[in-house]
Amino acid sequence: MQPIVSISNLSKTYASGFQALKEVNLDIQPGEILALLGPNGAGKTTLISIICGIVNASSGSVTVGGHNIDTDYRITRSMIGLVPQELTLGAFEKVWNTVSFSRGLFGKKPNSDYLQKLLKDLSLWDKKDSMLMALSGGMKRRVLIGKALAHEPMILFLDEPTAGVDVELRKDMWALVQRLRESGVTIILTTHYIEEAEAIADRVGVINKGELLLVDDKQALMHKLGKRQLVIELEAELTNLPEALAPWSLESSEEGAQLIYTYDPHKTNTGINGLLQAVSEAGLLIKDVNTTKTSLEEIFVSLVNTK
Amino acid sequence: MNTQAIKVIYKYEMMRAWETLAQSFASPVISTVLYFVVFGTAIGSRIESVDGVSYGAFIVPGLMMLALLTQSIANASFGIYLPKFTGTIYEILSAPISFVEIVIGYVGAAATKSFIIGLIILFTAGLFVPLEIAHPIWMLSFLILTCISFSLFGFIIGLWASNFEKLQLIPLLVVTPLVFLGGSFYSVSMLPPAWQTVTLFNPVVYLISGFRWSFFEVADVSVGLSLAMILVFLCICLIIVWWMFKTGYRLRQ
Ligand SMILES: Nc1ncnc2c1ncn2[C@@H]1O[C@H](COP(=O)(O)OP(=O)(O)OP(=O)(O)O)[C@@H](O)[C@H]1O
Ligand SMILES: [Mg+2]
Repeated sequence: MQPIVSISNLSKTYASGFQALKEVNLDIQPGEILALLGPNGAGKTTLISIICGIVNASSGSVTVGGHNIDTDYRITRSMIGLVPQELTLGAFEKVWNTVSFSRGLFGKKPNSDYLQKLLKDLSLWDKKDSMLMALSGGMKRRVLIGKALAHEPMILFLDEPTAGVDVELRKDMWALVQRLRESGVTIILTTHYIEEAEAIADRVGVINKGELLLVDDKQALMHKLGKRQLVIELEAELTNLPEALAPWSLESSEEGAQLIYTYDPHKTNTGINGLLQAVSEAGLLIKDVNTTKTSLEEIFVSLVNTK
Repeated sequence: MNTQAIKVIYKYEMMRAWETLAQSFASPVISTVLYFVVFGTAIGSRIESVDGVSYGAFIVPGLMMLALLTQSIANASFGIYLPKFTGTIYEILSAPISFVEIVIGYVGAAATKSFIIGLIILFTAGLFVPLEIAHPIWMLSFLILTCISFSLFGFIIGLWASNFEKLQLIPLLVVTPLVFLGGSFYSVSMLPPAWQTVTLFNPVVYLISGFRWSFFEVADVSVGLSLAMILVFLCICLIIVWWMFKTGYRLRQ
């Protein structure tokens, strides 16, 4: 399938001389949810801003729907909706007006039915005549989403949509993202929250210091890097490990009261059966058994540190 | 051409003025009327007439120009500075619009506002002194050209300004003195010869002179020259705006 967004050798050096992006290459497929994960200052907003036309690239090129963002900006920009990271809204405008403004700005004829449905979907309908300054932060965030969707874009960029948002609204936001995806919208979001990428993305890109370290299917990424650990808690502390347990290369912790076995859950023979058998044969009494999954967080930390 | 975008920018800029009616229309009109009362009545009673025109009537075109220039600049510069300041400019930059459309929307709205202010002042002045407009078409043309040129100029200032002080700087330090010294309240011929020459370097003199000619057929410089000057100014502003967008000056990093 032809990618809906194709980024090649994209670099950005700001006027201050700071290089925010280094030769980024990325293809985004139509209909997917891509999460861009990276620490503060990684270059996520810069990348999005270039695609949307807010920042000029220093070198490299971007196409959206097969059209170049510089020469065919009218086509590419009308395909895109952007929810910025900051809560940038005027103060003395009304919700309905600001959303209508956005729709017109992107060249669409007024359509009050569509905007009404949109505001209802965002639970903003009862606020349509409120002044923006009189809204809470979460409501403002939803108004920004409404503005971004007002022109019925095919691609939606969400720059940290759930920063400063409570758990409930975050869940709402995720549900909204899913609904949008079902209606065929391609979604690119940035986040610091691993759980967020894990919960809603199809693919995850990891970006750090302006470099795209990897992009992979979320499942494949977990598969590739997601090791599991089996933690066996013992009744008594062990001073030294019985010879018979050597093949599992266990780590011990809690002064010998815990044995930790790291394994790959995707193998057919994980070695757990043999290990448990060997433990009981060695006469050790098990108090508790526990498994832990490596989260994207740990994967991410290991990636960032190895580079 | 993204006409929808021009429409909404224009409409919302006008709406903003409408919602702050007192500030947008009433205050410039009131301050102009005050000038009119003070200069026209108090001083005018001591000056018989200038070039055969009663002093009260003579200062009307100049006062209109004073209001038009300051209002055009203030409206247009604030119109584009505000989204820059609040950050909502991101939406304009990410929209499928060209610089021409942005300029038409913002400058069009600012020019419309000052045009309305100009007309209100004219009608109000008509209540105090009998006004006859010798060349209504010329008068309207000067009015419209001035509104557009100085709104463009204000737009440039709004793009250039990186803080509120800079936004006020040029109107306060450059434009207001030029207008006051540009023959709003007197005829250039009333000055000593040396100052007359100096005055000719003030571009506002040409504006006021041409505008006044369209009312009373009296002018300090020829009408053709006045028109040429304002067109040159318009072109310079257009070139600067074009260059600003071309380079992404102060907008796109
Ligand atoms: N206008 C600018 N001028 C100079 N440097 C800039 C500018 N904007 C961003 N930068 C720098 O570029 C780098 C990347 O910034 P960017 O905003 O893209 O990061 P980010 O990944 O979005 O971070 P965060 O998660 O904090 O939002 C940062 O080091 C930032 O200081
Ligand atoms: Mg950011």
